[in-house]
Order: sequence, then structure tokens, then C-alpha cells
Amino acid sequence: MTAAPAASELALDVRDLHVSFPTPDGVVRAVRGASFQVEPGSTLAIVGESGSGKSVCAQTLLGLHAGADVTGQALFGGRDLLAMSEDALRKVRGAEISMIFQDPLTSLHPLHRVGWQITEAIGAHQPVTRREARTRAIELLDMVGIPRPASRVDDYPHQFSGGMRQRAMIAMALALRPSLIIADEPTTALDATVQAQILQLLQQIQHDHGTALLMITHDLAVVAGLADTVLVMYAGRPVEIGDRRTVYRTPHHPYTRGLLGSVPGAGGSIKKRLVPIPGQPPSLIQLPAGCPFHPRCPFAFDRCETEEPSLRPVAGAGGHVSACWLPAESARAAQPLDAEGSHP
Amino acid sequence: MTAANGADGAGAANGADGTRSLLTLTDVVKHFPVRQSVVQRGSAAVRAVDGVSLSVTEGETLGIVGETGCGKSTLARCASRLYPLTSGRIDFDGQDITGLSRRQLRAVRRNVQMVFQDPFSSLNPRRRVGSIIADPLVIHGTVPRAELRARVQELMELVGLNPEHYNRFPADFSGGQRQRIGIARALGLQPKLLICDEPVSALDVSIQAQIINLLADLQDELGLTYVFIAHDLSVVEHVSDRVAVMYLGKVVEIAAAERLYAAPRHPYTAALLSAAWIPDPDQATAREQIVLSGEVPSPVDPPSGCRFHTRCPWAQPRCAAEEPPLLPAPDAGSHLTACHFPLAAGQTVPPTRSTL
Amino acid sequence: MTTTMPIGGAATEVVVAQVIEARSPWQLAWRRIRRDRVALISACYIGLVVLLAIFAPVIAHIVGHGPDTQYLQTGLTPQGLPRPPSGTFIFGTDDLGRDVFVRTIYGARISLLVGAASSLSAVTVGVAIGLLAGYFGGIVDIVLARLVDVVLSLPFLLAAIALEVVVGPSLLVSIFVIAFFSWAAVARIVRGQTLSLRETEFVEAARSLGASDLRIMVIDVLPNLAAPVIVYTTLLIPSAIVFEATLSFLGLGVVPPTPSWGNMLSESLGFYQVAWWFIVFPGVALLTTTVAFNLLGDAVRDALDPRGDRLLAAIRKRR
Repeated sequence: MTAAPAASELALDVRDLHVSFPTPDGVVRAVRGASFQVEPGSTLAIVGESGSGKSVCAQTLLGLHAGADVTGQALFGGRDLLAMSEDALRKVRGAEISMIFQDPLTSLHPLHRVGWQITEAIGAHQPVTRREARTRAIELLDMVGIPRPASRVDDYPHQFSGGMRQRAMIAMALALRPSLIIADEPTTALDATVQAQILQLLQQIQHDHGTALLMITHDLAVVAGLADTVLVMYAGRPVEIGDRRTVYRTPHHPYTRGLLGSVPGAGGSIKKRLVPIPGQPPSLIQLPAGCPFHPRCPFAFDRCETEEPSLRPVAGAGGHVSACWLPAESARAAQPLDAEGSHP
Repeated sequence: MTAANGADGAGAANGADGTRSLLTLTDVVKHFPVRQSVVQRGSAAVRAVDGVSLSVTEGETLGIVGETGCGKSTLARCASRLYPLTSGRIDFDGQDITGLSRRQLRAVRRNVQMVFQDPFSSLNPRRRVGSIIADPLVIHGTVPRAELRARVQELMELVGLNPEHYNRFPADFSGGQRQRIGIARALGLQPKLLICDEPVSALDVSIQAQIINLLADLQDELGLTYVFIAHDLSVVEHVSDRVAVMYLGKVVEIAAAERLYAAPRHPYTAALLSAAWIPDPDQATAREQIVLSGEVPSPVDPPSGCRFHTRCPWAQPRCAAEEPPLLPAPDAGSHLTACHFPLAAGQTVPPTRSTL
Repeated sequence: MTTTMPIGGAATEVVVAQVIEARSPWQLAWRRIRRDRVALISACYIGLVVLLAIFAPVIAHIVGHGPDTQYLQTGLTPQGLPRPPSGTFIFGTDDLGRDVFVRTIYGARISLLVGAASSLSAVTVGVAIGLLAGYFGGIVDIVLARLVDVVLSLPFLLAAIALEVVVGPSLLVSIFVIAFFSWAAVARIVRGQTLSLRETEFVEAARSLGASDLRIMVIDVLPNLAAPVIVYTTLLIPSAIVFEATLSFLGLGVVPPTPSWGNMLSESLGFYQVAWWFIVFPGVALLTTTVAFNLLGDAVRDALDPRGDRLLAAIRKRR
């Protein structure tokens, strides 16, 4: 990665996003200063666990954040998504940015035929005739690998299996050739073999249409195969950003290292005892002072308890940043994995 | 976790070399009838488990993997006699428990317990945690009332919970902690066998690791035997001594964990393994992927012959006609495969490749 | 403790993982209802009515008029018509010179007593039957569910009339009749809830521990029924009160001269043109009490089932 590309070249440029929700127990600060870029045609994966703020991030971009306080900018094609009116956002949604959700059974309308939903989506943005839209819908279903699309286009969502419903969602997301797709845990609810099909489909779409992909997930294995850039989120902030190989092989932030150590096989032999991160994620209402990870961090020292680190460059591959007070060179020193997965 | 070379097939209560088989399933079948109406002739049934035989040796961890509809959850419930069997036989600790009445089963239940998947729904939200954990103790009367609280707190400490919290409600705990509560409840009666139905699937990755380690420690400390059901292949490989792969109600392959993952013989196992994305960026993209076509058929109407033949890249005419039996591999008697044309070692590229 | 916040179309959970404070579901509900102004006003009003009903004899003594005493000299005009509200008769008098105010308060006794007694009996029977039907299923369910259907399809007024004609009207018969026609609806709701609770994992877990059916029903299922049952009871009371008023209105309730809002309304029909107070005060009392119970019932439901109102709040905010 060379110097950051000019803003106009980026598919998406998010700057200092803050999202918080008032609740009876206090203010939940779900996202606290997230900045990231998605380059055209590439995949950025945002990895995190529950409470990391990753889903809120994605949903806020498309205005699906009822009741939240939002500050920051999300520049898409020169326009700030967060400053747009509801009408303007509606034009962008579906046409230029599409979203794929986790559970297609609840995000597809159960009472309307699948084909109808796709044609409605098309018709809302483009002046096409019914027939043209229907033809396009069949084309799309075929493109995503649904067998016999001409007859399945009139089926209801419950007549599709889980994997096929997700494909139908992808078809809907593609209908207007968006330049960016936001996928929020698209394969979590699916079986492994079906997941493989869907991910292969997404890769193919990227390859064929040059669509940028913002993928939200908790599955490190999915990220390993699909992402160009990886962003790890914890307690509402990105704690590490880097390209895929760098983050997996020479992670800097202790949380990333802890995550990788929690996955069987990621740290070497599959039978090796896991090294989980002790404790639990912090409450987003009462965050610890300083670095939010310090209560669980085996490397914490006194600075960590008072000052929250910002994203700082890490020695090695360009563009690798980590929000940690540990020295920039410690990534190399901390047990990088070689090709066979054992320690050197 | 000791490696087990005991009885893998049906029936024998003691393995060839004398290791004890704690649980033996013989041709277990469980069908759920679908809409029995007076008008409709014949009864369609969901053939959730359609003839499964396996045994679990004392002290080992048997992993069961499979995707949705393979019947592993149903098998777990059959093994713990939550469901009555449609046919077949279950032996526990030398005793035939298939046809026992509810009262007779109570004694058995003290030795076989279940850990459930969903930490949010396996605990009664209206009951306090201490009461939930004490449940088995109260039902079986093993602990006098005066000592209940002490025992409950002991169990809470054992699983890593703060014993002061025993008066709280499940809603006050996180997912990982609730799962610990479920485990504490299961351990109350000091069972021999713990059937874990997807115990970590609903948890975050870092919490998963904590619970996996907890289960491993408990096994060492208390001498437990586990049946570990999951769909995450790397987790199953990590915890298990032996692994059984299920597809549409039948076991298609069963072998020691390392063997199964290094050299699977059944095409479905191979596909499943290749579909599991490895958390290593180089291996993940370099590897050939066997991407199966189609979806899992419905368990109401499974395909004829070998059930996997409709999606198998190596299928031959014989596969549609004849159902393959579980047979041992020529070089390892404990590695059983149900396939007419099992894969040779290293044969992972199917005739029709799908690459990117 | 986890807090759920609806975001956009799909309600995503923002997990607040730390234990902030241990609060039972009841404490949370109590907190919610305390903040609901409408609920508080209704509760206060009902409290007032209950107090008046309890201290009715005391109030009668203070005012100096009995509920059944006919004050023919002071209570009626020289022409023999009821007197309007005044210093001596706060709500005026009825056609027999009785104090409407005192009678209204005594009427509250009947309404509340019948309302509470019949609701509680109906709920007890309904829960028992619904629980058995829902939990055991099979033949038990078939028999009980048909029984519920039969009771629900009986025309209540006709049956009530027939029953009272045979047995004779009285307070006890009123309670029985109302309870008899109310339990079936409760049973149906409870049966439905039990059916879904039966399939939960914690019930499965209890079975896997070897718990007996009775234990599961009482310890695992029943506490989860408490919330809908409480809500339904609170909403059953006002309908029982109206039911009682209807019966008394038709002459099938308490025996005169015992005052009940229903029979007071019935007696007032012939005089409303000359004595508006005779019909207005009992009528308003009936109306306000019923409305207060209904509002309280709604508030209780919102407090015990928060998901509903969170969704509404989210929709409102979006606008």
C-alpha cells in the first residue's frame, strides 16, 4: 500500500464517526471515532465481537440508526451520507450502495414474491417498465446462481432455502449495479458448505463488476480468505488496521493477538491449548479509563490506564496502524506465524 | 484427553482391547411424523435420524459434526432419552435404557446430562440462578436442603462464576457466563457423560475459547466423557479424540480426529473440510475448494441409495441405487466410511473443479 | 445486563455486557410503571374508590344518611320528586328519597367485590385448565379445548338470565355467573402461552434433569405465565364490573334495596327527565372506574412487556 489515495478515488471515506444512544441506564457510546477508507473494487473487513460497534457503524452509514446521535462524515462520491436528507439517502440506498443483512428471512418481506421485491427495488430508482424490470430480475437470479430463475422468480421467500434466500438478497443488492456493497454478517446464519458458495459468489461479483465490499463479520476465517484490508474493532473504536497478511501474521494490538489465539488452529497446531482473552468486553456505558482493553491486556502498563491511544503506525508493512502504546516494533517481536503455521 | 481405540461399531459393550464403552447406540432411528390427518393416506415423516450406530468410550470426547438437517441435535436428544426412539437401542454403562419408564430413567439421568446451545433460552428467565443450578440436586434429593446453597456456590466456583451472584437472574449475566451456569447445572449430579449440543456456537470467539478451555479442564478434573456436537470444524477438531460426520440422518464417516482431518475418505467430509475457511490468509486462498452444488435435500424425502449422491462430485450410478454401509478402511480398522468409492489419501480435487 | 435497542428495520442488539445492577424482572417492571403518569393517576383513582368502598359505613355515618333509608320528608320535594344536589344530599336523592351519594359509595362495594372475586376465580380456573391443556396436549388438550370452545360459544346474557331465574338472583350467583363466562378466555390465552413455553430450551433442560411434569408446570412454566396473567386479570376486572352492572340493570344482580350502580341506573331511567343527578352520578362512577382499570391494565401490560413500547418509541423518533 502506497500513500493514501486522494479522497475522490475512494469508494467510501469515513471520518471520525461517533454514534451514541441515550438509554435509561446512561449513554451508550456504540462507535467512538471510527475512520476508515474503502478503495474501489477492494474488500474491507471490519472484524469484532458483540458490542464492538461494527454493525452500528455499517447501519449508520445508510441512515438506519433511529434514535442515535451521530457525528462525523461518511464521504461517498464526494457527498456526505450522514448529512443527507432522508430523500437523498433513499436514492442512494439500493442504487449506489446496497446492504446485505445477516438473516434473509427477516430482511426479505415474507408476504411478497421474491421477483416482485426485486422489481420494486429496480422500479424505485429507474424508470423501467414492468416487463423490463422482470426480465432484469430473472437475469439477476440467474447471475447469483439460482436454478430455474424464470420459475423461481414468482416464489415467496419461505419457499427458498437459507442459502438461496441469501443469494436472492444479493441479487436485490446488485440490481442497480452499486459501486459499494455493505454486507453485515452475510454468512453467519448459513451452513459451512453454503457459506462457501456465497463467499465465492461475492468474490466473483467483485471480480466481474469491480464492486467495493465492506464486510462486517466476527468470523476470522472468512476474513482470512476474502478481505484485502482488515479493521479490528473493540469497544467502539478501530484498534488495528492493516492488510490481511500483515494483520494475521504480525498482529500488533494485543486484542488482535488474543482473538487469533482464541481460534483453534490460528496459532499453530489445532490441538494446542487455546489462549483466550480473560474477562469480558466492557460496558459501552461505563468504559474503563484510558485504553478500554487494558483491564484484559497481558501487556498493559501504567500509561494504558490513563491515556487512550490513537491509531499509530506500526513498523513493517505500510499502512499498518494499531491503537496501542506498545512500541511499533513489537509486532515483529511477537511470534509471527510462518507458512506452516508454526513458530519460527 | 486419551486417544481411544475402542469399539466403534455397534453392540459391543467392551472394546476389543478392553476399554469400556460408556454409551452405545445401535441402529437408532428417530422419525417425526408430519401432519397426520384422517384424510391423508400414509404418513410422511421427517427422518431426522435414520439408523445411527456408534459408541463412546469412557473418558474420551466424541465430536459429531454436520450441517443443518443432519440430525445431530436430534441424535443428542435421543441419546439422553429426551425423545423416545422410533426404533433402535441405546446402552448406557452396560444397561439397556431404550425402553425404560420415566421413573426408571431418573436414575440414569444422574449420569447423563446435557449442555444446551443457547445460553439465552436454556435458562428460565424468571428463576434465580442459584435455584436453576440447584434444580437437579432438589429433584433427585441428593443434597439436604441445609447444604444446598453451599453446594451451589461450590459449583459456581468450579465453572468460574462469582458465588456471590447466586441470587441474580440470568438476564444479569453475559452469554459466556450463562453458558457457565448451564454447565454448573449439568455438573450438579456428578454425571459420567456430558452431551454438549453446540455449547459454544452462540458465543463470541474470545468467550468460546474460555468455555472450551473450561470444558477441557473439567474433563481432566472430574473424569468426564463428552459427546461434543458442533458445526464449527476447527472447534470440533480441537476438542475431540474421535469425530463422526453426519449427513441427513446417517453417519457417513467416523475416525480419530487427526486422521479424519488429514485424510478424509468420504466426499462429504472432504467438501466440508475444504469449505471451512482456515484462519490463515495464505492457506485460505491457495487451497482448492470443493464447492458443492445445490442444497441439502429435505429429511422428509431423502435421496435413494447414498444420500449424498445428488451433490457428490464423484457420484456414480451405483451410488443412486445402493446405500453404502459403514466399512472400515483397509489400513485402519477404527476409521469407518460409508461410501462405495472412498477417496484415496490426498485425493481432494474432484473431476469437475470449481476454482476462482 | 443486556439492553436491546432497535436500530432501523432490524432490531439489532447493542450488548451492554457488564453487570450494572442486579434487578429482577419485577423490579424493572415496577420502575417502568412508576414513570407512567397515566398509570399513577389511574392507580390513585382506583385507590380512592377502594378506600371509599371500605369506609362506606363510616362515610354514611358522617353524612348522617343510611344507604337504604328513605328520607321521605327531607329527601323528596313536596310534589314527591327527588331533590337535586344540595348541602344535605351531596348527590341529591332518588325516587324514594334515598341519598344518592351514600348509595353510590355503597354501590362501589358491590362493583369492586364482584369485580375482584369473579376475576380472581375466573383466572384461577382458567390458568389451571389452560396450563393442563397446553402442557399435556393430546387427549387432555382435545377435551379441555372443546370445553373451552363450548363455554365461549354460550350466549352469556341468555344463560345468565336462565340461571338466575332457576336459582334466584343474589350476590353470590352474580359472582359465579361472571366467573363462569370469563374463565374460558383466560384458559385459551394460557393454553397458547403454555404451548410455546413447553418448547423452550429451559423446559427441555428441566426434563433432561428428570423433573416431574408437575414440577415443570409449577416451577418453570407458571412463573413465565405470571406476566400475561396479571395483565389479563387487570383487564378482566373492568369487564366484570360492567358485566355486574348489566346484570343488576336487568334485575338479575344484587337484590334491592342493596344499591349497585347497575340497579341504580335502571331505577333512574324513569326519572332522568326530572332528576339528572340520579342517572349521572352512578353512571359517571361506573364509567370512570372502568376507564381507570383499563388504563391501569394497559400500563401494566406495557411495563411487563417492554418490547412493544420500545418499538413504538423508535418509530416515533424516526418521524
